Amino acid sequence: MTIMIEARNVVFSFGETPALRGASIAVDSGEILAVMGPSGSGKSTLLHCLAGILVPDSGEILFDGARVDSMTETERSSLRRDRFGFVFQFGQLVPELTAVENVALPLLLSGVRRTEALRKAYAWFERLGLDGMEQRRSGELSGGQAQRVAIARGLVAEPEVLFADEPTGALDSLTGEQVMDLLVAAAREQGTTVILVTHEPRVAAYADREVIVRDGRVNAPDRIAS
Amino acid sequence: MSVPLTLLGLLERESSHGYDLKRDYDAYFGRGKPLPFGQVYSTLSRLARDGKVVISDVGPGAGPDRKRYIITDRGATEVEQWLTQPVEPEPHLQTVLFAKVVLALMLDRPAAEYLDTQRSAHLHRMRELTDIKRSGSLVDALLADHGLYHLEADLRWIEMTGARLDALKRTVRP
Repeated sequence: MTIMIEARNVVFSFGETPALRGASIAVDSGEILAVMGPSGSGKSTLLHCLAGILVPDSGEILFDGARVDSMTETERSSLRRDRFGFVFQFGQLVPELTAVENVALPLLLSGVRRTEALRKAYAWFERLGLDGMEQRRSGELSGGQAQRVAIARGLVAEPEVLFADEPTGALDSLTGEQVMDLLVAAAREQGTTVILVTHEPRVAAYADREVIVRDGRVNAPDRIAS
Repeated sequence: MSVPLTLLGLLERESSHGYDLKRDYDAYFGRGKPLPFGQVYSTLSRLARDGKVVISDVGPGAGPDRKRYIITDRGATEVEQWLTQPVEPEPHLQTVLFAKVVLALMLDRPAAEYLDTQRSAHLHRMRELTDIKRSGSLVDALLADHGLYHLEADLRWIEMTGARLDALKRTVRP
């Protein structure tokens, strides 16, 4: 198995407050990894560093062998747009756009023609059990529906890595489970690597492996043989 | 709760008389069910027979008996293996976990690492149950859910205990 994305001894502070104190992690291609830890442990900061949203104070981020931490803002922006996907706790759909336009957005931003982008976006609605919801706006969707739209948006451009930050945090147990079922199935089908930040063990149980972030460091338990 | 291993753990902290062992066992692990003297001495005899403790007649402790029990290398190795081995994840195991955490703190062992190992074992089992849910019937899914919720409750206890280890250490190692 080849390493897709990696953090090496990453340090990051918000002003005087340290968030990561030498975090290291390696995620294999196609792996679904759960990043767990108590509130304020640094797990979301680690995700943001891996995704090129934040630049570490020191340490290295490598994606597909390339140093993300030394890229320019423009290069990191291209990386996030073209090779990464994102799903957040609250879908963060664009309220002015319809559901299908929200899904098509990453493709449109990457320069795909509108007709082609919408065609690909429509295909996701049946796949995620959202038939008939295409023209709704985010205010007309339930939490579970909005989150499924967000998953479609995160995966429509077939990213190499999907970053999911508490993707079921705002949902009830059953809806959260359905969302995770869909997310994992879609990611596996595409071979997408998933980095899933969660504090919920039932969500982490969908991953291949978990790591614990505590006090800004990563504790990766020994893998238990199946 | 494993009485022999718990007594061995208490003996690793310091050699002790049977009376003092019973007192400490009841204080930390008895939870309203004191260990009968007969069980204490029969357990210690078996541990001595198996070479896990040796008996030295130094003199009386707080009680009337004169035998002092000292843990051997074999006994200490057994305690170490027991502490580091995660418990088979199943419902209602908190008392065993509790005993392990308290003894680990008493013996100045890495209790947080033991909790991490246990968390990993629990999540491994939860992954297995999640796979059953995703591939099985609704009945399978409901049964798996039952296990998942119990394991999740254990994990919450592990998190809370992990956050309180410093305070617990001050309590058991005054």
